[in-house]
Amino acid sequence: MPKSIALLLLLSTVVTPSPAAGDERVPPVTDPVVNQECGSCHMAFQPQFLPQRSWQKLVDTLADHFGEDASLGETERAAVLDYHLSNAADGPKGGRAARKYGRRIAVGQAPLRITETPWWVKEHQEVRADKWRSREVKSKANCLACHKRAEEGIYEDEEHEDDD
Amino acid sequence: MKASHLMLVGALTFAVLASTPAFAEPRRDAILAELLAQARRDEPGFGQFSAERGAALYRADHTGGKPGTASCTACHGNTPLETGQTRAGKAIDPMALSKSPGRYTDKAKVEKWFTRNGTQVLGRACTAKEKGDFLTYVTAQ
Repeated sequence: MPKSIALLLLLSTVVTPSPAAGDERVPPVTDPVVNQECGSCHMAFQPQFLPQRSWQKLVDTLADHFGEDASLGETERAAVLDYHLSNAADGPKGGRAARKYGRRIAVGQAPLRITETPWWVKEHQEVRADKWRSREVKSKANCLACHKRAEEGIYEDEEHEDDD
Repeated sequence: MKASHLMLVGALTFAVLASTPAFAEPRRDAILAELLAQARRDEPGFGQFSAERGAALYRADHTGGKPGTASCTACHGNTPLETGQTRAGKAIDPMALSKSPGRYTDKAKVEKWFTRNGTQVLGRACTAKEKGDFLTYVTAQ
């Protein structure tokens, strides 16, 4: 390996704090259409957190997306669906580590909210109710309020920050 | 030409430049021009867009839309100069052009949001007149 590349690699590990053992890691969303279209109203959640059948249903019902009209043009809709199906918890590019997010969801069920999956509920059971209602959090869809690196796919274990 | 004349010309040029809208942008002008043409087709004899009407539209509580979003201010700030927040908690850059200088240059994007938010707040698409008034208001802020 050329020295300059080795140095760059070394530097990158120094500047980027490495995640702790309890953190969850998924690949960041890389598709520009997904980041643009999904990311306007909320963080573009990583597809790994829901199974394919959930994403299919979500994209099919964008005209009434949790009470909002989030319908897309056909090109964008196809791109968003393709990316989510590929990278879903059970998708071909989801990765082995993502399988756990889809586990324990009944086969006949297609939850539309990541926050209703058994994995998510278990991970957040210690978060107090008033924290969800606070102005800076506002919604359980607001991952970034607590997980500052969520867009990078790094979800820090927040259990020690609940006492503030 | 005397030096004093030159200075006068320079000062006048500066005054003219300074008085043109700070964020003049051909793509934005084209969007407004198209809306104006449509507003005049919708309403023969229609004059000009109005920032005052745009401000009233922005602030008013409307009926016909979805519960929780009766006005633009439900998600955008109480004034266009403020940062807003989506229902999912994500911050929305201020609508005022002075605060968000890149806004209102992509026609498809502008139309997308007028359609979506029209449905959300008014229960119907915004008219060309409403869009033009709104844009005239927020671009002057």
